[in-house]
Amino acid sequence: MSDFWSGYFWPTVITILEILLVVIVIAVAMAYLTYFERKVLALMQRRKGPNVIGPFGLWQPWADALKLATKETIIPSGANATIFLMAPMLLFMLSLVAWAVIPFGEGLVLADINVGILYLFAISSLGVYGIIMAGWASNSKYAFLGGLRSAAQMVSYEVSIGFVLVTVLLCVGSLNLSQIVLAQQHVWFFIPLFPMFIVFFISGLAETNRAPFDLPEGESELVAGFFVEYSSMSFALFYLGEYVNMILMSAMTSILFLGGWLPPFGITPAHAPYGTIWFILKISFVLFAFLWVRATFPRFRYDQLMRLGWKVFLPASLFWLVLTAGVLVWAGWLPARV
Amino acid sequence: MNELLHGYLPILIFLIIAGGVALVILGASLVLARQNPDSEKLSPYECGFEPFADARAKFDVRFYLVAILFIIFDLEVAFLFPWAVSLAHIGLFGFFSMIVFLAVLTIGFIYEWRKGALEWE
Repeated sequence: MSDFWSGYFWPTVITILEILLVVIVIAVAMAYLTYFERKVLALMQRRKGPNVIGPFGLWQPWADALKLATKETIIPSGANATIFLMAPMLLFMLSLVAWAVIPFGEGLVLADINVGILYLFAISSLGVYGIIMAGWASNSKYAFLGGLRSAAQMVSYEVSIGFVLVTVLLCVGSLNLSQIVLAQQHVWFFIPLFPMFIVFFISGLAETNRAPFDLPEGESELVAGFFVEYSSMSFALFYLGEYVNMILMSAMTSILFLGGWLPPFGITPAHAPYGTIWFILKISFVLFAFLWVRATFPRFRYDQLMRLGWKVFLPASLFWLVLTAGVLVWAGWLPARV
Repeated sequence: MNELLHGYLPILIFLIIAGGVALVILGASLVLARQNPDSEKLSPYECGFEPFADARAKFDVRFYLVAILFIIFDLEVAFLFPWAVSLAHIGLFGFFSMIVFLAVLTIGFIYEWRKGALEWE
């Protein structure tokens, strides 16, 4: 019986508490990402941004959340109610569950599985289902077209993301995310793999449906795309999912290319508090780049988007993959199996 | 329980918790907010028109084509994952077998490019 308590019960309780902590941190980070986005966009356009509710408008995200929570949930008469309500829940769940394998510091990871990167790739692929379900179940023309477009866009860029991941794996020799970070102790991968870093960043923008690839929700033609029929908290779940996905994509960029929790040039130790702080700084930097891109570039046309994905990124990333593998084999730099 | 599966337990717990959070958020707003539906409010949005046809109409076949191409290339990526991890152990033979495989796929890719499967207008 004591085996049950010490072997299963307490570890499970601790895991649950850790998960709740991660969920709360991500929820707060997501809330302030919306605030950050509005502030950054406002400052780039010489406006003030939210500044009424609380000091510097800091309570704004909570006011928005409260407002959404008190609104009426509308389920359109033609919609398939079950699928209609499941879609935002699915997207939200997926965006959270991916965080289980992200290492926040050395050893600071919920599930240190040895196929971490494959898990992330799988979870981000599943996101398409939520969008297709939402677009189909709404039974509205805008939602349907938006869902189709969004799904086609996401799968197109997923291929190049896959090639980029494989290129990084070639240099690491392990699918474990902590190993990927530790392999960058000498040089962060964005230097030797710079073109792949750019491809990954842009594909990340397309994968999370961010500007300039936000045409699934292109308001000038599709109103809001696949979530046009959603209101209240079902809408908020989409919004949450999208922003958490943005943070996740930034975290992946930091882990794969910017050395995760490793400090630059070893200026601080890499252990507990410092490592996590560096990781958060890197995520914030990538997120800022996301917002910067949004403030700078006009939206792509759909045929340009598909052309970029299939005719530029796919051949380019495939070429770089073969080139990297060739160089590693030829120079004998392949990492030994750990 | 064996060690490998034990590592996945946090993910299962996380999945349950995430599902719970999503259910609570959605359920709470359904219960707490005042629901006052009427038939006009529940009709599908179409810029103020009466919706004049079912939304589930025919759509462009190119979306289907993109899905097929995606399956091909995603499978290719799935084959590349184990190859990339074990490249140090399978030597030149392993390296060149994958290059031949990629070359065959590239020929297919060139074919579909020339056939115009990647064109949007």
